[in-house]
Amino acid sequence: MEPIYLTFVFVLAIFLGFELISKVPSTLHTPLMSGANAISGITLIGAIASMKTGNYAFSAILGTLAVTFATINVVGGYMVTNRMLEMFKKKEKKTEGGAQ
Amino acid sequence: MSPLFINFVYVISAALFIFGLKMLSSPATARRGNLLSALGMFIAIVVTLVAAGLDYKWIILGMAVGGGIGVYAAVKVEMTSMPEMVALFNGFGGISSMLLAWAEYHQHPKLSVFIAIVAFLSAVSGGMTFTGSMVAFGKLSGKISQKSVLFKGQHLVNAGILVTAVGAAALFCMNPSSGMGYALFVLIVLVALGFGVTSTIPIGGADMPVVISLLNSYSGIAACAAGFVISNNILIVAGALVGASGMILTNIMCKAMNRSLANVLFSGFGTATAVQGGGDGPQGETRPASAEDVYYILEAADSVVFVPGYGLAVAQAQHVVRELGDLLEANDTEVSYAIHPVAGRMPGHMNVLLAEANVPYDQLVEMDDINPRMDSVDVCVVIGANDVVNPAALDDESSPIYGMPIIETHRARTVIVLKRSMNPGFAGIQNALFFAENARMYFGDAKASIQALVSEFKSD
Repeated sequence: MEPIYLTFVFVLAIFLGFELISKVPSTLHTPLMSGANAISGITLIGAIASMKTGNYAFSAILGTLAVTFATINVVGGYMVTNRMLEMFKKKEKKTEGGAQ
Repeated sequence: MSPLFINFVYVISAALFIFGLKMLSSPATARRGNLLSALGMFIAIVVTLVAAGLDYKWIILGMAVGGGIGVYAAVKVEMTSMPEMVALFNGFGGISSMLLAWAEYHQHPKLSVFIAIVAFLSAVSGGMTFTGSMVAFGKLSGKISQKSVLFKGQHLVNAGILVTAVGAAALFCMNPSSGMGYALFVLIVLVALGFGVTSTIPIGGADMPVVISLLNSYSGIAACAAGFVISNNILIVAGALVGASGMILTNIMCKAMNRSLANVLFSGFGTATAVQGGGDGPQGETRPASAEDVYYILEAADSVVFVPGYGLAVAQAQHVVRELGDLLEANDTEVSYAIHPVAGRMPGHMNVLLAEANVPYDQLVEMDDINPRMDSVDVCVVIGANDVVNPAALDDESSPIYGMPIIETHRARTVIVLKRSMNPGFAGIQNALFFAENARMYFGDAKASIQALVSEFKSD
């Protein structure tokens, strides 16, 4: 793919990101951050795709490390975010219950 | 699996990420949003795995080890340790982007100029994210001093590092495939790792919300740059979303402190002011209160606003605060929690802690909502917060925090300040609030103090 096309995608995604995130209330800033953090583990996709058979040994080592770290980021990030948001959710039921 | 199909699935993943982030804008849908985003990640991983010609044994090894560590960490972590956990995960994302760029370069050293530039960016931002996040992790978990660490010529060292990096990058981009180019790339990696440390170490504990947001943004940029290196759309889109998110949060945090990003990053806030502001600052007599005094004040109040700060997290007092809040509500007192945007060590830190203690989120109010009606509040209870309630930010032009928006607790009829001692806060400045006519100091560990109030209420 040509660089200009990728840059095009990049610029649009930046604008979209600004649009989306500016609507998040401050209550949810921590989950937003850890959720976004989990998304940044997307490098995992690249790391997996780069692990071709027949790579140099050193590339394979670097790639394996990249996969490992990115997996920690993805798995840990999503699970921690879910744990936090679960707490926000539980309460909502409770408030409804309390109002009745 | 054809590349066309894989890319088509990536489009779906990107859409799921976008929906997921969109649903994070309300507490009611946030959890489903996160699950959608995770689903997007999952299908992207699966479709990538089925592509032909991959060296599976290493991939599986890496994913198994990483997955195990990730699950273990995510399940074990205490809610109060969330800031350092996020910092840690963030750092891992960063180093992964750096390693990916390196692996790609090692495999295909003949890079075009454009790819050489993005490989450089990916290595630099990824490396900085990694060591910067590790320093932030160390500071937040108390493994290294939270104080801002300054040494002579720090700016000179940082400037030197930057010049080296840019110089090395320029040479590297001109001829990446030579042995010289490879050496330069390794140099760039090392310099980036060093710069992460030297640029984060001077930043003090209370400025951590800014730093974490910024590092979050860097990790997105690193992923994005890595996406350019391997021409992968999904990395670019997801990285850009994260980069934008981090930038917005950084901006919000800076605004909430009325400081520019440059000031947060370079000033070593806290150390300098502590020295010059040592003796002068507001003085006067404080009015200490016992648990019983505070109990009578709270018992008679119609409205109580809790103002939590980092001290609440340190004392792990969120559960007893919620208990006290319940007792007050049972006593027909209107209870709310006013949260300053930079209270705690990361954006929204206090909200998460109070959510953990089951405080309903409609009781959490933002600074801009509580300030206009502060005059009608009977009692403000300040728990382990200091600079975010310092009235000097409003009226003392010589104060280093002048201009920072605060929660104007001094306008409430009575302010009760829970504090361990009279030590000044992070900014090293004395707080005029403590000497105000309507303020009562309630000394002690936040958790024990509130526990005492709870038992006063219960014995009643």
